Amino acid sequence: MTSPNMHDWLNQHGDYLYRFALARLRDPHLAEDVVQETFLAAIKSPSFAEQSAPRTWLTGILKHKIIDVMRKNVREIAASDLMTDEDANMDEFFDEKGHWAEPPLAWNMPEDALEQKQFLGVLQNCMEKLPAKAAQLFLMRDVHETDNDEICKELNISTTNAWVMLYRARMGLRKCLEINWLGA
Amino acid sequence: MLDCKQASQLISQSLDRSLTLRERLSLKLHLLICEFCKRFSQHMQTIRVALKQMTSSIESNDSIEMPSAAKSRILQSIESIKD
Repeated sequence: MTSPNMHDWLNQHGDYLYRFALARLRDPHLAEDVVQETFLAAIKSPSFAEQSAPRTWLTGILKHKIIDVMRKNVREIAASDLMTDEDANMDEFFDEKGHWAEPPLAWNMPEDALEQKQFLGVLQNCMEKLPAKAAQLFLMRDVHETDNDEICKELNISTTNAWVMLYRARMGLRKCLEINWLGA
Repeated sequence: MLDCKQASQLISQSLDRSLTLRERLSLKLHLLICEFCKRFSQHMQTIRVALKQMTSSIESNDSIEMPSAAKSRILQSIESIKD
């Protein structure tokens, strides 16, 4: 095991791995942590010296670390504020007959690059307004697409609860976008 | 017959699982007559695509670098478990 080699790897791939993690976890500190864990796991691996495509190999390890973090966060949702009543808190969206209380508006989708950028900015803000844990589950489901099935299998909270959480998160996000983007 | 609340739940779940044939049909029927839920469904797609864009824009943004403090921390921890 030679640490100069790992040194080079950190210089060559560290930023890439950090961006990869940041794009999925959306949390700089968590992103740093998973990259650190990735390098530690890499240096401890017996096959470390034989890797001919280190970036691919490291990214593979990183993905597992990211999923670990997400899984942990989702477990915390299950343990704390996951409500079991499917209809709780949805009253603001629908009347007693199940009709939209405030019908969704027609959105004019951003056409040029600037508008698109603004839209993404508003979306980012709206994501941040979601309850942290709901946002986490949402990111896991909608952003970390490649591993969706894997994650769902591994989730031991009931899938029904996960659907309810995701539904609420999407309803909240949609509403937030409608108010802050269209209203702007 | 689905109401909008049920329809919106199915639309959301269709992003997470395969709907049953029965669910798909009743949702399709509802969407034929309900402009609001059709919009809702489009919004869900829009959000989904936009979130993916956000991910790839972070991932490919070369100006985002790992903070140097984190890099030295990682180097230190590598050194500490060396040999």
